[in-house]
Amino acid sequence: MSGSDPTSRPVLEVRDARKRFGAVTALDGVSLVVEGGEVLALLGDNGAGKSTLIKAISGVHHLDSGTVTLDGVDLTGANAMTVRANGIETVYQDLALFDNLDPAANFYAGRELAGPAWLPPPLRFLRHGQMAQRTRELLDRLQVSLPDLDAPVALMSGGQRQAVAVARAVAFSTRVVILDEPTAALGLRESGRVIELVRRLKDDGVAVILISHSMDQVQAVADRALVLRRGRAVGEAVPTAENHELLVSWIVGASAGAAG
Amino acid sequence: MKQPGGATVAVVEVENEATATAGGEPTAAAPAASHHVLTLSLRVMQLGPAMILVTLVVVLSLLSDVFLSFENAGNVMKQSAVVCVLALGQLLVILTRGIDLSVGSNLSLSGVVGAIVWRDHRSAAAAILATLATGCVVGMVNGLLYVKGRLPHPFIPTLAMLTAASGLALYLSHAQTIQGAPPVVNTLGAGRLGWIPGAGPIGWFPVATLVVVGVAAVVVLITRGLVWGRWVYAVGGNPEAAVRNGIPVPSVLISVYALSGLMAGVAALLTMGKGNAASPTSGSLAELDAIAAVIIGGASFLGGRGRVINALTGALVIAVLRNGLNLLGIDPNWQYMATGAVIVLAVELDVLRGHVEGRVRSLQAVAAQ
Repeated sequence: MSGSDPTSRPVLEVRDARKRFGAVTALDGVSLVVEGGEVLALLGDNGAGKSTLIKAISGVHHLDSGTVTLDGVDLTGANAMTVRANGIETVYQDLALFDNLDPAANFYAGRELAGPAWLPPPLRFLRHGQMAQRTRELLDRLQVSLPDLDAPVALMSGGQRQAVAVARAVAFSTRVVILDEPTAALGLRESGRVIELVRRLKDDGVAVILISHSMDQVQAVADRALVLRRGRAVGEAVPTAENHELLVSWIVGASAGAAG
Repeated sequence: MKQPGGATVAVVEVENEATATAGGEPTAAAPAASHHVLTLSLRVMQLGPAMILVTLVVVLSLLSDVFLSFENAGNVMKQSAVVCVLALGQLLVILTRGIDLSVGSNLSLSGVVGAIVWRDHRSAAAAILATLATGCVVGMVNGLLYVKGRLPHPFIPTLAMLTAASGLALYLSHAQTIQGAPPVVNTLGAGRLGWIPGAGPIGWFPVATLVVVGVAAVVVLITRGLVWGRWVYAVGGNPEAAVRNGIPVPSVLISVYALSGLMAGVAALLTMGKGNAASPTSGSLAELDAIAAVIIGGASFLGGRGRVINALTGALVIAVLRNGLNLLGIDPNWQYMATGAVIVLAVELDVLRGHVEGRVRSLQAVAAQ
């Protein structure tokens, strides 16, 4: 922490990101900036490069060239653990939950509360009570109600599972939360709750990157929308009803610019 | 225009309620009630392996006069000890979606190495250490081949090791049984508590069972109490998510195979002690009993689900079945068929449990609306 006001300057910056998988160019020079307390929607058709971009930010993929910086600190090429330790949390489309574990175990997977500190991390003793307690507190704060906190998440509904995944990201992110289609598998009402969580993040001064196929949601919660197509950033606009057509034309590539 | 639309909505709602209450009264209380029934039956089904064991014991007690005695209980426990220990290692591997086919051969090899060290050096400590180290190293090689060698499935390296370790055991022993074992190992494998003065009432209790209990306690501690154990369950539950969450998946995998190998070493000590000798084929096919025990114990081959106590129960089920059928004078070949039937029965129970879980989930979804 540099001590400066987190909302006053860019939090996350990606510059000229390039990534190829064999013959396929997934990212062809994408740049973006997200500030604290801002929701940036990332739009684009399947294969546009959205997932590759967020995986590059979260340390799952490594860029061929380009940089990722957080508050001026270079995170290019950092692994998933380091990225998380720096306050960037990602909720993946496929949730990345552990179905066989309860919510508390899911929350703390990979960063379990344990001790004593002089033992190597895998041999430390789990602090079950502490983890359960903090999980309960956090879910209460986010107004997420689960029927049974001791049950594996396999026994929960889609909305409850999504709530656990989003709450996990909220719990640990201090700077940036990346949400990859957080409402894709949800009903209308459960989607509303997740969008509510996104608003709360924004109010807390966290930078949010939201991938969504729902224009209504993007209009409801995002401050800006960046459109990717074939690995390039093809346009950026404020997602309003008036800009709807423009954004869609960028997504499908039907704009006049594409012909030229 | 409005009326048809309204009617459609109403129909959908009625259908939803009918599904939610499974044909029962469409009241608000019904989903909650059937949820409780399902949760309860889920709890009962989680007792699955214990239910099978208790049923077996009751039936065999009725059929045989000698089955229900301390002496016979001691026999069953002693006979099951090797499979119990192997099953504990196999459980760890299966929890990570893996399988270890090599434990039987590893048992033979570890025993042969230990017996040679005892024969040539007469040091009990060195013999025990050599046995355990051999088992552990063989297991670690399995893990390294799987993880670093990027083999597609643990079936491959452990199948290769099954053959290789078996060959090495035959080579080192010149295909001969090596006689003799350290006295302490004999006590572990064959002893009963009777030698302790005043142990009268519990004199039938096998020392090998104490070894099983001790090893099981350690496995419970490391799987439930340590961060490592949480990682084992996480890797089995969702390997990709484990990577994303920064869990060192390769190390976790290598460690479970190393521990499974170590268990083969412990089982080799028990086998060697029981027969006061090490044969290069003493562990042949033991891996199948170990895998069967874990499966009867309700562990999921899809990973991430399984309990130590249930794996031990599975091993006891196999031993009780064999012992009971022996006492009843039934053709030994029937024992294998019976074991096969029990495996299928146990997994069918598990499948049923999965269906009930699905019902619970859909009811939760309805309740959340």
